[in-house]
Amino acid sequence: MHEWALAESVIKTAVEHAGAEKFKKLKETGVVFGELQAIDKDIFVFALEELRAQYPVAQKCRFKIIPEPAAFLCKACAHKFSLKVLKKTNDEAEFIHFVPEMAHTFLKCPKCKSPDFEIAAGRGVHITYIKGDR
Amino acid sequence: MTHIDPRPSVIEERLKGVKRIIAVTGWKGGIGKSVTASALALLLAQKGYKTGLFDLDFAGASDHLILGAKGLFPKEEKGLEPPFLRGVKFMSVVFFSENKAVPLRGANVSDAIIELLAITQWGELDFLVLDMPPGINDAALDVIRFMRKTEVLAVTTPSMIARDVLERSLALYRKLQVPVLGVLENMSAARRPAAGKLRLDPGLEKALGRPAALLKTAFAADLALSARRLKLG
Repeated sequence: MHEWALAESVIKTAVEHAGAEKFKKLKETGVVFGELQAIDKDIFVFALEELRAQYPVAQKCRFKIIPEPAAFLCKACAHKFSLKVLKKTNDEAEFIHFVPEMAHTFLKCPKCKSPDFEIAAGRGVHITYIKGDR
Repeated sequence: MTHIDPRPSVIEERLKGVKRIIAVTGWKGGIGKSVTASALALLLAQKGYKTGLFDLDFAGASDHLILGAKGLFPKEEKGLEPPFLRGVKFMSVVFFSENKAVPLRGANVSDAIIELLAITQWGELDFLVLDMPPGINDAALDVIRFMRKTEVLAVTTPSMIARDVLERSLALYRKLQVPVLGVLENMSAARRPAAGKLRLDPGLEKALGRPAALLKTAFAADLALSARRLKLG
C-alpha cells in the first residue's frame, strides 16, 4: 500500500495546479506509470477514490493512467536497452518498486555489465497533463 | 509533453508531525558524522523523546551497522513506516539495497531522496536526526530545499583541514539562512569533559553494533553533555 502515498501526491499536485490556474473543477489528469516502478494500478486507483473525498475540486476528475515502458541508456558503452532483457529476483523487483534508483544496485547494462546507466524513460509516477474548467 | 513531479507536494505533509529536524553534517569524510548522528538519536530516545534517524549517506550508509540493525524492514501503511530500533524510528537505503553498493549519480540520489521523503510516514516526532553525507551535494541541497525547519549540527575534528572546510560550510549555511545549532569537535584532545568536545574514545569501536554498549561509552557521555548545552532534550 505504498501506492497510497504516491496517489496522495498526484491528487494534491492536481489540486494545487487547479488553484494556481483558477480552475473551479478538475476534469482530467494524465498520470504516467513508469514500467520500472511497477505500481499496482488497482491499489493506486482505489487510493485516489478514497482521497478525492477530501478535495471538492477533484470530485469529478478523471485520472487517466498512461503506462510508459522503461528505457535505459548505458553511460559506459552507450547501449540502449529495455527492462525485458534484464533479470531480477522478486525481492530485487520489490526494492526497485519502493525506490526505483535501486535499479542501479541490482541491474546492469546487458552489454558491458555497468551499473552506470540512465533511466531514460519509465522510471516511476509523474503527471503529464492537468485539465480543468475555469 | 509536460512532466510534473507530484512527489514534492506531500513532503511537507509527511514532516508536519516532526517538531525539530537536526542535520548532522560535516563536509569531510571519516570525521564521525554517522556515529554522532546514531548516538544522538539513541540518547534522545533514551530520554523519552520520540526520535527518528534517517541515514541520507546513500553511498556510505553505516547507521545500520552502528545500531546493529538486523532483520528490519519498513511496514507498508499508506506509505512506509520506519521500523523501531531501541526506540528510534530508523530509515535507511540499506533496507532496499540488501547492503550492496548503491552506485548513484547526483540526479539519481536526489530522485531517491525525494521518493523516500514522499513515502515515509514519520508520524509524530520530537526530533528527526539526519545523518548527512560528506560535502555539499544533492542530499544537502535537497534537505535545505524540502526540509525547511532543518537545523545544522556540524561535526569537525581538531585537524586544520577539517576546520578550514568547516568554516566554508558555516559561511554557506549563513548565506542560505540555515540555522546552525552548534559545532562538535570529534576526536578532541581535551583533557576534561567540555561542551562541544567529543574526546577520542578507545572503547568506541568495540561498542559499535551494540546500542546498549554505545550508550555507555565515554563518547556518548561527552555527546550527552554537548546535547544538553545545545538544548537538545
